[in-house]
Amino acid sequence: MTTPLTPPPKKNPQKRTIAPTRPSEARSRAAMGLSAAAAEGRFALQRCAECDTLQYPPRDVCSACLSPDLSWKDISPEGEILAETTIHAVSKLYFRERVPWRIGTVQLDAGPVVICHLHGDCERNSRVTLINRLDRSGQGVLMALPKEGSLNMEDDPQLRAMTSDPKHRRILITDARNTNTPALARSLLDAGAATVFIGEAENWRPNPMRDELNKMANVHIFPLDVTDTSSVQELAAEIGGKTDIMINNASFIRPGGVLARGDTGFARDEIEVNYLGLMRLAQAFGPGMCSRTADGVNSAVAWVNIFSVYALSNDPEFGCFSASNAAARSLSQNMRADFRSSGLRVMNVYTGPTDDDWHQLVPPPKVAPIALARSVVQGLKDGLEETYCGDVAKDLYQRFQNNPNVLERELTQGGDGP
Amino acid sequence: MSQQLLADFAAQIVSGDIRVVDLTHTLDPDFPVIILPPEFGQCARFRMEEISAYDHRGPAWKWNNISMSEHTGTHFDAPSHWVSGRDLPNNSVDSIPPENFIGAVVVIDCSEGTAANDDYELTPEIIQEWEAIHGKIPKGSWVLMRTDWSKRSGAEYLNMKDDGPHSPGPTPDGIRFLIDQRDIRGFGTECVGTDAGQGANHTPPYPAHFFLHGAGKYGLQCLANLDQLPSTGAVLFAAPLKIKNGTGSPLRILAMVPGDNS
Repeated sequence: MTTPLTPPPKKNPQKRTIAPTRPSEARSRAAMGLSAAAAEGRFALQRCAECDTLQYPPRDVCSACLSPDLSWKDISPEGEILAETTIHAVSKLYFRERVPWRIGTVQLDAGPVVICHLHGDCERNSRVTLINRLDRSGQGVLMALPKEGSLNMEDDPQLRAMTSDPKHRRILITDARNTNTPALARSLLDAGAATVFIGEAENWRPNPMRDELNKMANVHIFPLDVTDTSSVQELAAEIGGKTDIMINNASFIRPGGVLARGDTGFARDEIEVNYLGLMRLAQAFGPGMCSRTADGVNSAVAWVNIFSVYALSNDPEFGCFSASNAAARSLSQNMRADFRSSGLRVMNVYTGPTDDDWHQLVPPPKVAPIALARSVVQGLKDGLEETYCGDVAKDLYQRFQNNPNVLERELTQGGDGP
Repeated sequence: MSQQLLADFAAQIVSGDIRVVDLTHTLDPDFPVIILPPEFGQCARFRMEEISAYDHRGPAWKWNNISMSEHTGTHFDAPSHWVSGRDLPNNSVDSIPPENFIGAVVVIDCSEGTAANDDYELTPEIIQEWEAIHGKIPKGSWVLMRTDWSKRSGAEYLNMKDDGPHSPGPTPDGIRFLIDQRDIRGFGTECVGTDAGQGANHTPPYPAHFFLHGAGKYGLQCLANLDQLPSTGAVLFAAPLKIKNGTGSPLRILAMVPGDNS
């Protein structure tokens, strides 16, 4: 078993906050495929299209037949530890601050022998399940976990260093008026979050969610309007230094595309909330969070965006809303670049149509608030950068990967004319 | 004659014989605006974005970009704001003759009634009772309804319930009396609109907007400091921004009242 993490003591104001350090970031272009798979929590290796040989480590041509036709395939993550060691002295600052650190070699059932990080509960020569996770430099690394799991497994320091686990962390949810907020808050508290801060815009009008949120222990509601720069800056000044996870669920949505609307009114609101709101939050909270990514058990760890999956390819029924989400998704890539050197992770959660008033006329399946909350919490626990919630989002992403141009045609084709 | 009058006027402002009362709320991002069903277009809130503040974006100067609706904060309603006034001449803020922006003002104090009843309404009877004490409302006057609503803040201001907002305003007969019988210049309130919160349930809906603007009259709303005005004898200065085809405008509204020295 792993010694369970205890709630961190209050911060000692006389001690300097530890500045973030990082494991090595440099990778070959081929090895980036492992990181891309880790961003989605997939365990994948390259497989040769000509001779089927699995490759490890990632490379440009097949180690058996020299074919360059290698593509990333999800494979069985099962294996057995061949050798293990514990590192006590190392010059790389990131690991020096974290030793002892276990590593080992694992014989995969699928063939290759891999070098990986070892969870503290992995016994010598035991069966293990491998995971492919992003480390704090944002690159994919392999880690072996005990096959049957173990008690408090998620509290292993090596594993926690890879994930964005909400346990003992303080989380800001930006929109108390979103119908998914109560489910998000409750799920995060159930996952061990110490505190959930919730931003509420326009407290001069009723918020039907407020009573439910007020009843939850360790929930605090603050004024926050992502369309108002001064409001965002004020809250960042107040709680930015103890925001460990940011969950931006502020969203403005109205149906309609370019011609159905005939004006730019709602589109402006969508850009103000969905795009510029995210930018305001990033500018106000980003620097503080980036400076606190090595700040102990409740270090700043993740930034979560909730996007429509139609950020990938436009849904004409919600054409302008889709466009604002595409803009926000692009901005999230910029945020990743800016946050990268700190180790602060940006996780985008893509959802299909949500079960709310604005999707009343959209046929099921629709994403319930609790389903979205589960995706957020699981994504944080797995340290993901990209996750898809619900069948519609998963299917759309699959089709996007297969051929974005075909997907665009499928989404935009009209019915048969007269 | 008028030259002397203006000189006296300026001198009396300096001496305090004429006091200037600001009837305007501060333009603040958090100030409530009217809320319509969400499928309708909405009134933009006041917003301010810094362009530079003596920094790398402009070393020696500070300035902001601002944005809002024509109907945000303390604001003026022109006749073209309502469908009933859409075809009138000079119905937009840029075409209203400027002399209409300065005029006599009377204040009907309804604060006792509104303290007891959020849905208090101004009727012809109440107006006539007021006239019995203060005299007939002069033609061309602004008429302001004092409710002390401006002293409310937060959720109390719109007072929004499941069946809509609850705030005072005139009845259809009340506003028609002021227009048809007294030929006023316009009507002003401390609430977010000239109509009562439940004005949508009158016939016609939103009677103050419908009748005022249909008759080419003006509206003022989100007024403050009406408790500092005399019932009669003050002068109002209310000039909206000159917005091309504007249906209204945020503005600074000043009242000139007899001062303590007078």
